[in-house]
Parts: sequence; C-alpha cells; structure tokens
Amino acid sequence: MSPIRTEKNLQSITTAHPDGVGGSPLRPDGILKVRGEFAYSSDLWHEDMLWGMALRSPHAHARILSIDTTGALTLPGVHAVMTHEDVPGAKFYGLEIHDQPALAFGKVRFQGEPVAIVAADHPETARRALDRIKVEYEVLPTLTTEEQCLHPETYGYVHEPHEYKADASGNVVHEQKVVSGLGVTDEVRATADVVVTGDYEVGMQDQAFLGPESGLAVPAEDGGIDLFVATQWLHVDREQIAPVLGLPEYKVRLTLAGVGGAFGGREDLSMQIHACLLAQRTGRPVKIVYSREESFFGHVHRHPARLSYEHGATRDGRLVYCEARIVLDGGAYASSSPAVVGNAASLGIGPYEVPNVNMLALALYSNNPSCGAMRGFGAVQACFAYETQMDKLAAALDMDPVELRRLNAVSQGSVMPTGQEIDAPAPVAELLRRVKARPLPPALDLTDLDLRDLPGALSNTSHGEGIVRGVGYAVGIKNVGFSEGFDDYSTARVRLEVIGGEPVAMVHTAMAEVGQGGVTVQGQIVRTELGVERVTIHPADTEVGSAGSTSASRQTYMTGGAVKLAAEAVRNELLALGRRRYGWTWNDLSLVGGKVVSASAGPLVPIADLLGDSAIDVTREHHHRPTVAFDKETGQGSGHVQYCFCAHRAVVDVDVELGLVKVVELAAVQDVGRAINPLSVVGQIQGGATQGLGLAVMEEIVVKDGKVLNPSFTDYLIPTILDTPPQPVEVLELADEHAPYGLRGVGEAPTLSSTPAVVAAIRQATGLALNRVPVRPEHLTGTGG
Amino acid sequence: MEFLRPATWDEALAAKAEHPSALPIAGGTDVMVELNFDRRRPSALLDLNRVGELTKWESGRFEGQEGEVIRLGAAVPYARITRELSAQLPGLALAADTVGSPQIRNRGSVGGNLGAASPAGDAHPALLAAGRDVLVEAQSVRGTRLIPIDAFYVGVKRHSLEADELIRAVRIPVADGPQQFSKIGTRNAMVIAVCAFAVALHPKNGTVGTGIGSAAPTPRRAAEAEEFIAGELAERGLWQSGALIGPAATRRFGELVAAAASPIDDVRGTAAYRRHALAVMARRTLTWTWDAYTHSLRSAA
Amino acid sequence: MRVTFTANGRRVEADDVWEGESLLFVLRERLGLPGSKNACEQGECGSCTVYLDGEPVCSCLVAAGQVQGREVRTVEGLADPETGLDVVQQAFVDAGAVQCGFCTPGLVVQSHDLLRRNPRPSDNDIREALSGNLCRCTGYEMIMDAVRLAAARAGASGEVSR
Repeated sequence: MSPIRTEKNLQSITTAHPDGVGGSPLRPDGILKVRGEFAYSSDLWHEDMLWGMALRSPHAHARILSIDTTGALTLPGVHAVMTHEDVPGAKFYGLEIHDQPALAFGKVRFQGEPVAIVAADHPETARRALDRIKVEYEVLPTLTTEEQCLHPETYGYVHEPHEYKADASGNVVHEQKVVSGLGVTDEVRATADVVVTGDYEVGMQDQAFLGPESGLAVPAEDGGIDLFVATQWLHVDREQIAPVLGLPEYKVRLTLAGVGGAFGGREDLSMQIHACLLAQRTGRPVKIVYSREESFFGHVHRHPARLSYEHGATRDGRLVYCEARIVLDGGAYASSSPAVVGNAASLGIGPYEVPNVNMLALALYSNNPSCGAMRGFGAVQACFAYETQMDKLAAALDMDPVELRRLNAVSQGSVMPTGQEIDAPAPVAELLRRVKARPLPPALDLTDLDLRDLPGALSNTSHGEGIVRGVGYAVGIKNVGFSEGFDDYSTARVRLEVIGGEPVAMVHTAMAEVGQGGVTVQGQIVRTELGVERVTIHPADTEVGSAGSTSASRQTYMTGGAVKLAAEAVRNELLALGRRRYGWTWNDLSLVGGKVVSASAGPLVPIADLLGDSAIDVTREHHHRPTVAFDKETGQGSGHVQYCFCAHRAVVDVDVELGLVKVVELAAVQDVGRAINPLSVVGQIQGGATQGLGLAVMEEIVVKDGKVLNPSFTDYLIPTILDTPPQPVEVLELADEHAPYGLRGVGEAPTLSSTPAVVAAIRQATGLALNRVPVRPEHLTGTGG
Repeated sequence: MEFLRPATWDEALAAKAEHPSALPIAGGTDVMVELNFDRRRPSALLDLNRVGELTKWESGRFEGQEGEVIRLGAAVPYARITRELSAQLPGLALAADTVGSPQIRNRGSVGGNLGAASPAGDAHPALLAAGRDVLVEAQSVRGTRLIPIDAFYVGVKRHSLEADELIRAVRIPVADGPQQFSKIGTRNAMVIAVCAFAVALHPKNGTVGTGIGSAAPTPRRAAEAEEFIAGELAERGLWQSGALIGPAATRRFGELVAAAASPIDDVRGTAAYRRHALAVMARRTLTWTWDAYTHSLRSAA
Repeated sequence: MRVTFTANGRRVEADDVWEGESLLFVLRERLGLPGSKNACEQGECGSCTVYLDGEPVCSCLVAAGQVQGREVRTVEGLADPETGLDVVQQAFVDAGAVQCGFCTPGLVVQSHDLLRRNPRPSDNDIREALSGNLCRCTGYEMIMDAVRLAAARAGASGEVSR
C-alpha cells in the first residue's frame, strides 16, 4: 500500500476520448479536481508524519552572531532542530549560480531568509519551537537601490568578492549588451526627425499561485528520500537537493504531487531541501506547508525594473534607432537572473524592425527579496516601456498608434537586433489589424445604472460621476523554450499494450502539470499518433528522464514533441511487427480508430489483435534546434528557439476624480502556430492576460529598506472576477515548420501585452503620462504614491 | 489556550467575568486571521456562536433614543443586515455589502467590527453617521452600560469596553432620511477600505451625520462638516424647499470632511490620496442623499 | 479538545484538537477531507469555502470548536457518490473552468450556493457572488461560462441543486 493517503492523482489516470490533436477533450484530472479529490502537495498525509517549519530572518541584511536552539529542542513534541551546522552535504544551491545557502550562515541577505528548521508533532508546536530559537544578529546597512548596488566601493557587497559566484563584478549578477546596425551614435541620432525618451518603472510582481509551497519527504529504507512535491522541474530540483543532503542523485526520488499553479514561482526550490533534511534527521516523514505569508518570503518574484528608452524615427514613422537601458533588481540570490537579463536584452526592443540598436540590460544583487522566473520572464518589463514609447512616438508624429506599430512590425524574414532571422511566421501587423478591427463594447449606460459595471463597483463610489472611457493597444514578443545555447530537451516514454481487449497507450514523462493542461495534450498526441482512445497518464517522477521545466511556454513544444517522437517510434515498431507477421507491403499505413489502416486497402487488423500479449515500450528524447549564446559585448547570436506574439486592445472606464479603474474589455489576438487544444489555448491567453491586468492596476510587492510591507492577500491584491472583464480571443494558426505540428508556445505572450494595453487605455482616459506600473489611484489623482 | 462554549448569554457573561482575557469570537473573520497568522495567542477563546439572541434584531422604542430604534444583535451577519434592514438602516446596509466577500458577509458582524475597533472597519462610518444617539449595549455580570458611539472608539484598535464586558447589541435609530456609504479600495471587490465615508440626512432634527473610516487612528465624524451643512440647509430653508445645495456648499462640505481626517501614508494609500478621496466621496454622497431627499419631498407633495 | 459534528451527512469526531485550529485544518488534516483548500487562510481567496449550516463560509475563519454539533458540507459532499457529479461540477469540467484547480472546490461550492438562491443569474450576479473566490489561472472567463452552463442545464432539466 502506498503511504500517501490521498493518492488518486499520484496514481495513473486513465481516460477514454476520441479527440486527438486539434480537439478539446476534457482534462484527465478534471473530475478529480471538481470533486475535491485531486491530491495537491499540501493535501498529502502520512501516518507518523511530522510538520516542518522554518525560522526566517526578520532583517534584510545582518550578520548572524549566534544561534541557540536549546529552548526549542527541549519543547515536548519537537523532534529536530537544524541549522547550517547540521547540513550534511553542500551548503549552497541555486538554479544557475550556487549562491544560496540551504540554511543561512555568516550572514542573512534578505528578509525571510531561512536560518533554522524544526520538525514537530503539530504546526503549533513547530511555531512555538521557532519562538524559542535565539538568533543573535548584528544588523548591517542594506543595499536596496540601484545607486547603492552599483557602487560597492562606497556601499559594500551583497556577496563579498571572495565568495562571489557570479561572472560579473561588483553587485552585478549578469549584464548583456546588444548592439546592432551602427549602434546609437550622434550620426545615427542626426538621421531621426523625431525623438522620444522616457524613464519607466515596473513594480515587483508576485506569481501568487494559490497552492502554497508544500510537500512531503519520506525517508526510504535505502537511506534515500522520496519527495512528493509541487514543482516545475523535478530533475533540476533533484540536482540541487541531492548534494545538500550528501546523497547521490539516484537516492533522491521525486514524484510530482498536485500543483496549485506555478507561473515561474516554483522554478526555484522552496521547502524541498528543508523537508528532506528533517526527514533524514528524524527518520520520519516530514510535511511542510507554507502559509500565505511565508509563501511571499519563500519564492522569488518578478524583477522590479527601471528602464530608460530613447527612440528616433523619421517623419513618416519609420524607426531609426533605439537606445535602452534596463536595470533589474535581482535581490539577494541569483536565481534565474542571468537568463532574465538575456531575455530583457534580446527582446527589449520589441517586435519592431529597428536598424540601429544600443541596449544594455543588467541584474543587480541587493538586499531586496530575490527575483527570478515569472510568466513573461524578462520580456514583461521591457514591453511596458517600449509600448509606452510607441504611443509617445505616435503622439509626437500625430499618427495612429496602431498604424505606427504596424509600419514597423517585424515579419517573417526580419532580423532581430541579435542578428537572428525570424524564420517562421511573425504576423505582428496582422494581429494588430485584427484586434483593432474588433467591434468596441457598448458605451456605459447610465440610465440603467448597475454599480457592478462601474469602477469601485459595490463600494458605491460613483453613480456615473467622473467616469471617462479609454482605449489602448499593445503587442509584445516573447521567446519559447530556453535560450542562449541551453539544450532543454524533454524525455517521454510511451507504452502500448492491450488491456481488457482494448489497446491502451501509457505516457510517462517528468513534465510538471501545473494547471496548463499538458497532460491533456499528451493524451491527444498519442491518440493522434497511435489511433487509440484509451490513454493512461503515468505520474510524473524522476524514474523517467528529464522533461525540462514547465516554463518558457515550452512544454507542449518540448514534451509534446517528445511524446510525439516516442509515439511515432511505437507506431513504427507495431507496423514493423505487422509487416513481419502479415507480409504487408503497403507504404500508406497508419493507426486509426484502434486499427491498422491502409489508405489504399482500408482497415487491415485491429491493433489489439496485432499486439496480442506483447507490449511496445519506447522512450525518446526531444531536442529543439540548437541555439547559441549571445556575444557578451554585442549580443549577436541566434539565441532563441522560437518567437511568439500577442496583441491586446484594452477598454477601460476610469473614475478620473477618484483614480479608480474598471477594465471593460480585454481583447486579444495571438498566433499559436497550431492550436493543439483550442480550449486550453484560449484559457492560457485569458489567464496570462489577467496577470498582466493585475500588474497594470494593482499588483505590487511593496518593499521598503528591504522589508516587504504587504506579504498577504489582504494587501497584495490580485484581480477578482469583478476586476476581470470579458476577454474575446482570436487565435491564428500559422504553422512554424520547425516545431512539432507547427505549434507555437502560448502561455507567456499574453502576459506581456495586456499590461501596456491597459495602461494605454488609462492614459487615453486621463491624459496622464503614467510611466510606472502598477498604476495606483494616487498616480491618477496627483496625490503621491 | 482554552475554548469556552457558553450556551446562553448569561453563561457568556459569567465566562467573560471569570476569564477577562478571553477573546470573544463570533464570525471569526478577524480573530481567526490573527490566530492563523500567529499574531495572537489569547489565554482563551470565548465562542458566542451558541448564543442565539446575538443573531437576532428587533425594532422598538428605547429610553434615551428618539423614535423607532433597531436593536441589532452583535452577531447578526452582514449579509442579513443587507437583506433585512436596508429600509431601516440604509447606510449600514450599504456598508455591510462592501465587507470582504459574500462568504465573509455570511459570518462577519457589527459586533465583531466594534470589538476589533479597527479604523478600517466598514460598519463604523455608517454607525457614526446614523446619529450621536447610536448606543453600543455593553453587558457584564455587573449590568448593562449604554456607550454612545462617539465615546466607543478610544484609540487605534482600542475601544471603551471593560475587560469583563461583551457587546450584546447596537441600538441604531431607524433612518429618518436618506443615507449613503462609499468606500475606496484598489480593486473592485474584496478590499479593506483605503478610506470610507458615510453620510446620513436627519430631516427630523435638521442635522446631518457623517462618519470617516480608515483615515484617522479611530473612526470619527466630521463635526465641522456636519455643522456647516446643517447650517446651510437651515439658513437657506433647503429642508423645506428641497432646492439644490449647490456646488459651493457641496465643495465646502467635502473640504471640511477631508480636513476632519488625519490619515497616514501606508501600503494601502497615501495620506494625500485619502484626504482627496474623502472630499470627492463626501461631495458625491451628499449629492446623492440630497437628491433622494428632494425626490421624496416632491413625491410627498 | 474533542469536536463532534456532521460532515457531508456523516457524524465525525476529532480528538486532541488544539483550540486555535480552524475548521479547515480539522477537515483537511484530521478527517481526511482535503478538498477544501488552504490558499490564504485569511478569508481573501474563498478556496476553503464550505457550507456551515447551509451558508457558504470560509472554513479557515471558523474555529474548530465553533462547529460542535453543527452541519458542514464540503466539496466532497456535493455530489452523490452514486450519481457522479453535481451539475456545477460537471459544468466546470466541460467549460474548461479548471486549470490548476486549486480554486475549484471553493468556486464549485460558492456557485452551487448561487444557483440554489438564484437559478437564473445575470453575468453581474455571477461576478458578485464569486467575487470572494480568487482564481489565478483562468482569467475567470471560463468560470463564467461554467456557471452559465450549469444554470442553463439545471434550468433545462428542471433540476435544482440541493
């Protein structure tokens, strides 16, 4: 018997459905989820389990002088208290740079950094134990501003030079330049008729997934650990966990538990190492579940950014040059800052042909919360800035902002500032044309007043007074897959056998299903390739090869591609079996409706008969075409696998007196190459756009002197259903011949363009400049903030 | 921690007398947040859910108050206030409808708002506006004390209850004129007030009540604004004529409301915004109530 | 302390409950009913919504001791195990309203309550009723679709959610 009480989703799920690629079959996990029977990582339970909890630093920067755990250890019900001294293996871990201690020693570098962990018989016992751990700190001055971080000679270092793990010097985690054409010189500037400049700021956004960080670590008889956890990438978790535990990787086995959303926030480790350490120490299963407050300290956030842009254009609206500087605050530890910088630099000019470019992007170490992956990954911040610039330029040229964008839009064959040619459809101008052509929603009807239609809604702030409508547009460009020479392959195992007289395909990958519907897509692909209805999705675990991360809009492309390869190999083996057995000579065989079918001769034999008692079991890896690293000084290089594009039109009603906003409609047009599952595609676009809406008008982790002021859902606000408008979506399918089925990653592009579209609409309603997101009521009413 | 479960009001009072540091819990919408987030570990929780009379309201006449009064049990949930009392207590009903979410409104109550005494509690501005003769009925084994609403709030999250007292009910005069409530949040549902404002016209005695939320250490009324607008209405004979108050007086009213606040900058909003928004809400809600009043005059005529 | 109440029609009992525990914790960790979710534990997300004596409430904000002798109905108790899914549950699956699904149990209970009270809700009625249930994945559009679908199906079949 499995030790996990609620185990239904940790077992295989089998569903039968006729729909393959291009259909919208129901999610295999849907029924479990609506019945409350799907086991998320926080739902796991084990007889005899203990509760783990972490003591976190109250200071953003301090020296640890001493840690006294005696009081905690003597509390009844406490089974273990651990500090850095008890870490058996490597002291550091990290996604790209191993700079983060499993438990702090020497110094703490951000508020909320874990210092000690306890295991106890009840969460309340654990909390009281944490109270009894005495940590003596010497509080140090914080580095929290760009000015401080860029002048270590005056303000010091977040990581001392001797402990420095990064490849840049000072407090710079990573920087990337991109220079194209002639760069931006006085001569180039002189060729522009119109110049617009702007300084922009993007606040720190949180992924705010609903399922808190959680999991269960179970000690195994072989001295290893079985970890059931919500994550985005099982194998890279294991790569980081095993060395800290002092275990070989094969002794750390991970199984994906139900994941309550991710959006980048589970790319880094959170509770994994701590649960494993405590399980190792106590010999008992240990469960850790973060509270919402702890969650705000327990994962990285979207990098806040300061961006400066200068665009020059000819009188007829052709872009001549762009100079840009993007400074991202990476916080205390590197996380994925280097890759975020690469994206910001290489995508920061936007989906526009700009002959001369001078771009610098960098990420800083600071004593602010660590920042890393979030949906849109380095492309979100820049999109707000360059799209604002486009609107400014259109105003300066007295042009329609959509026409200006269309005039300069990239298309297939365009060359990016990195020198990479876009060798797949890039219908940016068409997306803009279509989104603009959509009918506008009707004007607000004040004769039949429904407060719920107005900014403020039931808070009853307006009965029509002060309401002004605005419309705004934006478009963005995002990469799909990991870039800069990284081979982020995926592995899939497909097994075909006959069960109960019917052929059943089993798919086994390590892909993290985080809600995106990857498991639905996997079933569709094997149905299409193998002509079966019944598909079993095996739990994702480390018993099969890596699937790479559920991020970068890449899983349908990469793991979908791996499932396709494996299924094709299974099919080939099955047909070879048929040729051997029946001497078939047709070259037009396929698997349809549970049978081997010849296009010329019709159905030949049921798959079940051909296969009999045998099983075909194949594992395949899928690699995308190789990319290269960007040149450090010029940024030149074909660094990206694929590009994707989404255009938005936002319609807003603003109470201009009170500074309150109601988004009335958010329309999107996106090219997805091929909609493998049209329903899921639309869900991704609407969900992604809503996170962008949140960044536009409400979402920000407010940090002062390194301290987070709003670590709760009371004060970190995400959009409710009353904040989120109807979202018509139009999907184009222009195939990318390099990708499986011609598909294009979907999940991130809509998160880019919705933010600037909403802000552009607010600008139109208010006439204000609005160079910072989120836009607060204070910004709209001239009352600070 | 102890968990005290009195079955009757008398048992509850006895328990509170015996355990003065026990924390009363009814809807739990404030108390449980503090427990879940490890902000508070009282010696005991005093559960009031079993005391039936706390979730009842009655109307009648009470000593010390003029006219019809609603005696609102401390634990009547907000959802029921909106459903059942929007005619008698329109300002409070509007405020109740802005509290948290539908689920919160099924549990949260005015007694809880008063017990927490947070300046951001949504009920407070409406209670203040409803009149100076709104009375909080505090009871203990020693007897009943009627605390005028203006004397109830004494500091940030501090009220004037004694350690052995529990809130039995709030006595609120039935509205004799239009009332409004308006609240600012940075999203369109489920917000804690950045600031809030309530206004109530009292044509019977020619006064105007106001209440300001989330813009001072305690909920407070805008006394000067009340006097100013009552003066205008009286001097210009507007109560009788029902003529427009006019932009100058409305604006002055807004300014006086803003001036009555003493807000701070915090993560929810700046002090400057709060003052600004209060002025706007005061102008708008005064206009709405006056429009309703003049409409009622005309339809009565 | 010991807490005894009715959960989904069954008498349940939990022993050694710490006095500060929430109903949500007792359901999830002591009674094997983890369907109600723990997303915020401060009443801001609605993912822990259950019926308490017939009214939807945030179970994270109910002290365990307060449910003594009372009736609780969770997402696990909405559908008759024999008959499969409640009309609201089926509509959530069919309409694509489920992505990660962490908000789903709370939304299902709250939508169930809405349709009980108002079988033909307008879009604004749906938005108002669900304004205390956060979803981070879907952008709510398909949740709107699901509730409209459930209302239409229940109306067509004359079936009223119980």
